[in-house]
This record gives sequence, structure tokens and C-alpha cells, in this order.
Amino acid sequence: MTPRPHQNVHRFAVFTAACTLLLLIAGALVTSNDAGLSVPDWPLSYGSLAPPLVGGIFYEHGHRVIASFVGLLSIVLAVWLWRVESRRPPAERPAKIWLRWLGVAALGAIVAQGLLGGLTVLFFLPPSVSSAHAALAQLFFATVASIALFTSAWWEKETGFWLRDFRSPSIHTLALATVAAVFVQLILGAAFRHKAFGIIPHLAGAVIVTGLIFWLAGALRHRFPGVPELRFAARGLHILIGVQLLLGAAAWWSRLYAASFPQPIPVMVALTVAHVVMGALVLVGTVLVTLVCYRLVQPAGALVGSPEPRPSAAD
Amino acid sequence: MSKSLWYFAAAVTLAAAMMSCGGKGQPSETAPAANTAGKPVDSATAGTVTGSIKLDGTPPRPKNINMAAEPNCSKQHSTPAQTEDVVPGDGGTLQNVVVYLKGDFSQYSFPPMTAPVTIDQKGCQYHPHVLALQTGEPLSVINSDQTTHNIHPVPKDNREWNESQPPGAQPIMQTFARPEVAIPVKCNVHPWMKSYIAVFNNPYFEVTGKDGSFTIKNVPPGTYTVTAWHEDYGSSEQSVTIGPSESKSVTITFKASSAASD
Repeated sequence: MTPRPHQNVHRFAVFTAACTLLLLIAGALVTSNDAGLSVPDWPLSYGSLAPPLVGGIFYEHGHRVIASFVGLLSIVLAVWLWRVESRRPPAERPAKIWLRWLGVAALGAIVAQGLLGGLTVLFFLPPSVSSAHAALAQLFFATVASIALFTSAWWEKETGFWLRDFRSPSIHTLALATVAAVFVQLILGAAFRHKAFGIIPHLAGAVIVTGLIFWLAGALRHRFPGVPELRFAARGLHILIGVQLLLGAAAWWSRLYAASFPQPIPVMVALTVAHVVMGALVLVGTVLVTLVCYRLVQPAGALVGSPEPRPSAAD
Repeated sequence: MSKSLWYFAAAVTLAAAMMSCGGKGQPSETAPAANTAGKPVDSATAGTVTGSIKLDGTPPRPKNINMAAEPNCSKQHSTPAQTEDVVPGDGGTLQNVVVYLKGDFSQYSFPPMTAPVTIDQKGCQYHPHVLALQTGEPLSVINSDQTTHNIHPVPKDNREWNESQPPGAQPIMQTFARPEVAIPVKCNVHPWMKSYIAVFNNPYFEVTGKDGSFTIKNVPPGTYTVTAWHEDYGSSEQSVTIGPSESKSVTITFKASSAASD
């Protein structure tokens, strides 16, 4: 049996996405422990690759080490995708050639992310740069997760466009609007964390995002009731937003509680980091759901919510 | 691929260069450090402003600092180190208050202060917790701990800087170019370490000590506003008029319940 061309690169993309999640945790730990400037220099740390790992230096330098590792993984992923796609038969190229550019885009994002990280240290955490650093991290994570989806067996197997959707707004519009709202919400959250402005915009964003996710999940459930992937997606979106709302409330409570302490306290750090990371998972979740919708649902057709017989992979 | 990557790298580098040119709007350090064009204060007619800073009410209890993550520092404290934001003095007074005179000193010149003012990082706390100095007066930062610190003032009107200081390193020497009350100072390695530096372009200031008192000497005759600044209680003012060779006493009281929240 011939292995799929993307079998190993898919596994590697999943591994890169997992490491990116670890990197997001490390970055959130830096901010929550107020350790962003514990290492005043960049790209080296205290002029070396192995500074004393005391106090905030542990978090900041640890973040840099993990980021460097993810950068290396991104180089490998981009080169691997390029090579795999270049070896495809010419007849298949128009369908998949874009995937290698997505790998390059991920690599470009992690390079830009490293530069933003350096700039935010050298310029003493300007809120705009720090917020951009946090937002680009989410975009990179979503890009790598998308590559993992595009190289998966499911994506290879699916011939696509066997569902039709006539409702307005279309499932594509709804999904894209949800992704956009989640991303803006992540920017608002990052801006709040980096003291660009207060909590109110982030709270307003939470209301909008919650509404859109419930709308999207409801539309998936009602328009395509017999499709396991979309039923799973709807349930996943409900779980993600529910957990995220709880974490957001808990993180806010912990910040109020921790304000009277002379230093960041573990409960505040843990809840805030969990909220940040869950936010990233909400973005990735909505991005993947959107891609799945684009894979399965044709925006024009005859019937609403009644899938045609699912074609087999051989069709 | 390589051509596209080069374009991308060029774009990112250009963006980085543009951002580095913009920076955070750091004030330049070319601002005048002190007024040297005026006349010296006539010590024969100069007066004195004395007084004390009181705290009305029960001061908030200091909080214990958890230094478990830094054994080099925790072992220097026989009892847990505590926060120093509100430190009562003797007889209902308040320590660590910056007291200074607001007034028109533009016609006077003041000799430049060349002896450095020292702030020490010891037991993972700043000593003193609050200090004041003149523009252009050297600040010497020393590290008495067996651990690495970074010292990071976060001013609004002066240039921001952030320097690391390993154990046994040479003192860090810095100056501030503009008056500013007061600049928060922090160590990002040890997030409980906080301090404040007040900067003035005249010598009419003092930080209250254990007895909560202050003495501001060699004040030219005139009417001034005595201002007391505390990191939690903010500023409180009183007007005072000093005649030739006169000494006036001023008492300023902060209410213990009026601390600003973080």
C-alpha cells in the first residue's frame, strides 16, 4: 500500500501545532508573571544562550528557547511541504500547489513574530507591539493547524461539495464572520493584557463572539443534521466557548483578587494563562470548522439541510 | 521560492527598521539638566520649611512577600519580607513621603550635584524604597544580592531604561534629565521589587524617614506650595510663605483609608 504523500508531513504539522500551543502557554506565562523585561537584551539573554534561570528570567528565556524550537520546526515544515508538493504529478498540481505557499507563510509569520518579540523587549513593551506579538502568535497557530488539516487523511479523502446551503447568511459567511470576530476578540484581550485599554471592549467582544459561535453551531446542527463532522464541530464549538467564558470570568475574578498581593499569585497566573490558551483554541476551532465547511458545503444548490448521498473517496 | 523569501525578509526588515525609528517616543536626553543661568540663593536671607507628615487612621497591614522562588534572598530575612508601600513612622507619622516645594525658582541657580545617590538591591528589596534626587544628579545602582536583578524605571517624562545587574557587577550609573514625581522602578526578575524615584530641578525636597519629619533649608523668601507625595495616597498640598531668614513648620496629614487602588 502506497503511503499518502502527506502522511508524515501531516504528523509533523500536528507536532508543530502542539509545540506552538506549548509556545503560547510559555508566552502567556511571561505576561502573567510580569517577566517580559526580565531579560533586557535581545536576541541573546544576558549576552548568552544560557542565562541564570532565576525569577522572571526562567519564563522569558524559556519562552525564547521554545520559540526558537518552533521556528526550526517551521523551517522544516515549509521545506517539507514545498518538496512534497513539488513531487506531485503535474495533473494534481493546480489543486494543491497553494499548500506549499501556506508553509512559507507560516515560516514568514514565525520570523515576523520573533522580530516583534525582540522589538517589544527593546522598546519596553509598547502596548501596540506587544498586542501585535500576541495576535500574530494566534495567527501562526491557526496557520499551522490549518496545514495539519490540509495534510490530513480526511482532507485527502474528501472529494468535497456534497452539501448545499441556501440559507442566508450562508454557512461560509457565518463561519468567516465568526473567525473574524474571534480574532478581533483575541486582539482586544491582548490589548487589555498589555494595558492598551480597559476591559470593556473585551467584554463587548465576548458578547459578540458568544452570539456568533452559538449562531454558527446552531446553523451547523440544524442545516446539516446528518453530517458527523459538522455535528462534532457544533458540539466542539459549544464546549470551547463554554469553557472559555468560564475561564474568562475566573481569570477576571483572580485578577481582582490578586491586585492586593505584592506579586503575581499562582491562581491568577494559571487562570489567565488558561484563558489565553483557550482563546487560541477557540480561534483554531472556528478556523478549522470554517475550512471544513468550505470543503463540504457548496454555497448553491437545490435543497436546504438535506445532504445528498455522501460520495465515496473513489468517486 | 528563494526570490519570494528574499522579498518577504526585506519587507519584515523594513517594517522592523520603521518601528525602531518610531520607538516608544522616548524623550531625548538633551533637555537642560538644571538651571545654571540664575543667581545663587542668598543664604543670609534664606529660610527653612520644616514639618512632619501624619497618617490619620489605622494603616493597612503590610503584606508578606513570597520569596520562595529566590532562596538567595529569602534566607536574608529572618521573618518574611513585607511590602513597604505604607510604612508608619513614629508617633502617627508616615515614612517614604516625598516632600517638596512648588514655586518659581527660575531666577536662581543651583550648584550641580555630583555625589551619587545610591539605591541598593539587598534581600530582593530596594533600599531606600523611595528616593529623591536632582536632574543630572548621578544615581548609583548597586546589587548586594547573590542573584541577578534588572532595574527598570518606568518614567513618563524621562528616558526609560532597563539594565541587568548580575551579582558582583559594577554599579550602574544613570541620571535623569527632567523633573518627575515619581518614577516607578521595578525588577522584572523579582516582580515584588518596587521602588520610586522623584526627580527635581531644584534642591527643595526631602523624603521622610522614621520620624516622618522633613527639613528643607536655604529657601529664598517667597510663597510656595509644600507638596507631599506618597505612592498610595497621592499628593497633598499646603501653602506657606517664607519671610527673610524665617522658619515655618507645616504638617500634612494623609487619611489612612484614602489609598489609591492598584
